[in-house]
Amino acid sequence: MMLLARSEHAAPAAGGGHGELDVMGAIFVFMLATFIGFMVIQRVSRLLHTPLMSLTNAISAIAVVGAIIVSAGKGSPGYITALGLVAIFCSTTNIVSGFLITDRMLKMFKKHEKVAK
Amino acid sequence: MSAETLVQILYLISTALFILSLKWMSDPESARKGVFSGVGAMALAVAGTLTGVIATGGTHYWWILGAFAVGAAVGYPLAQVPLTAVPQRTALSHAFGGLAAGLVGTAKYFLYYGQKNEAALAPFIVVALVAEILLGFLTFTGSILAAGKLQEVKWIPQRPVTYPGQNASNLGLFALALGLGVALVLHPLAPWAPYAFGGIIALSLAFGVLLIIPIGGADMPTVISILNAYAGLSAVAMGFVLNNKLLITAGALDGSSGLILSVIMCKAMNRSFFNVLFGAFGQTTTANAEGEQKAYKSDTVESAAQVMEQASLVVIVPGYGMAVAQAQHKVREVYDLLKKKGVTVKFAIHPVAGRMPGHMNVLLAEAEIPYDDLVEMDEINGDMPQADVALIIGANDVVNPAARSDKNSPIYGMPIIDADKAKTVYAIKRSKAPGFAGIDNELYFLDKTFMLFGDAKVVMGELARKLAGESGH
Repeated sequence: MMLLARSEHAAPAAGGGHGELDVMGAIFVFMLATFIGFMVIQRVSRLLHTPLMSLTNAISAIAVVGAIIVSAGKGSPGYITALGLVAIFCSTTNIVSGFLITDRMLKMFKKHEKVAK
Repeated sequence: MSAETLVQILYLISTALFILSLKWMSDPESARKGVFSGVGAMALAVAGTLTGVIATGGTHYWWILGAFAVGAAVGYPLAQVPLTAVPQRTALSHAFGGLAAGLVGTAKYFLYYGQKNEAALAPFIVVALVAEILLGFLTFTGSILAAGKLQEVKWIPQRPVTYPGQNASNLGLFALALGLGVALVLHPLAPWAPYAFGGIIALSLAFGVLLIIPIGGADMPTVISILNAYAGLSAVAMGFVLNNKLLITAGALDGSSGLILSVIMCKAMNRSFFNVLFGAFGQTTTANAEGEQKAYKSDTVESAAQVMEQASLVVIVPGYGMAVAQAQHKVREVYDLLKKKGVTVKFAIHPVAGRMPGHMNVLLAEAEIPYDDLVEMDEINGDMPQADVALIIGANDVVNPAARSDKNSPIYGMPIIDADKAKTVYAIKRSKAPGFAGIDNELYFLDKTFMLFGDAKVVMGELARKLAGESGH
């Protein structure tokens, strides 16, 4: 409890994030998103589990958001910016390759009528 | 409208598009729409973040642009790998994802530490930071190692590496990392705190390695799924640190996806999470070494072709051997020829066949086999007694009847494709050695089973030639 209470009045540093820190709000969002994730993913066709994984790979590259915030921070030491830039590089790699290869795989899935020439 | 509101609106739309993206994956018909929606979501996320950064006075834009460009330049060729290399590519991108999260967490901590920013290093934030770097760096080394194993890189041992006290020492190290984490939460600005932080990084990197070395190829689908979940959860932790709901949502979607896939994989092997991570297959295999040498019956491709032509239902069971031999296109030829002769051909897909979830489906789809003919294990098993021929291509454990009958077998209880119930079984196998798990397969010694030894691609090519030749006269 102390853990939550103390952070309620803690404001993030400049460029650190958007808005006031709201611990319980963040946990609520996490819980709801996890539920939606479970519901939606359970209905994904088993045929598509490989493309699903490469798609979620690309989605988890959302880390690029954090990487941009870190890299763009004014007045932070050079090594911090460098870490952020490497993180942007890593995430972008995943965004580009993840979406491209997912689409490449999905294009191959065809039904009977469509294969018949 | 303030810039902050605009950012939040962009993030909101982005979140909705991410959810729709996964929703559309439920059906192959709408799945490509899911990719476009995901691309849109990511573009909005980046646009929103840049808007926020510009509004609050950011800098280094050229550098950021450069990092984007280099990332895209590396990402593009990674999307062009042959489909047999998709498991490696996936593992590699988990590594990139983990590294990105770990680096952002590290940067954030040292930034706040340098500013002596006590407010920013509130306990909840430090907990999230520790979780982020722990999961991030663990995923990084673990995935690199998994990718190396899948690629069969020489300096990475293929067989599971086990040693006495392995689990105890792993748990000890984990406790040490947790201890450092607790110390850090209590005193994030202490003079020794950066060293504790560095210690956690080092331990996480070591964990990644230690968790993967005892894992064999047959467990790879589960491990890749778990690493997928970790990469997502590290993004969630980053969202907590940065108080960013978009990061939390997208990370949670990825995390739950990885988790569901690992549960499906575990069920398909009748093993628990714990068992996969802490009970290497390698330990049990030696028990099966004794026992009399049994004899295989092999057959010629020609007579196999004759039997299949006469069949009314042929069920093909593909496994990792098909992927290794890149035999999917030859499989397609055989499929076409049999269809032309009026034979019904179905593919029986075991959830853990291959090296990642859905691996076989993608390879067969690449060979343009219509997905209506790819049948899940539970569905096809009811039809197996009606099958005239079960043709096994480089699959082993997933058709081993010992899983049903032999309580001492390491794979006992694992659901299998009932290939042994077909009237005749043909099995294509590279060598006479046992499968990856080192377990003998009784199926191969049944009276109705005939072995076709050789590379799957070569054997299937020959089979196609025989089937085509016969129709000539």
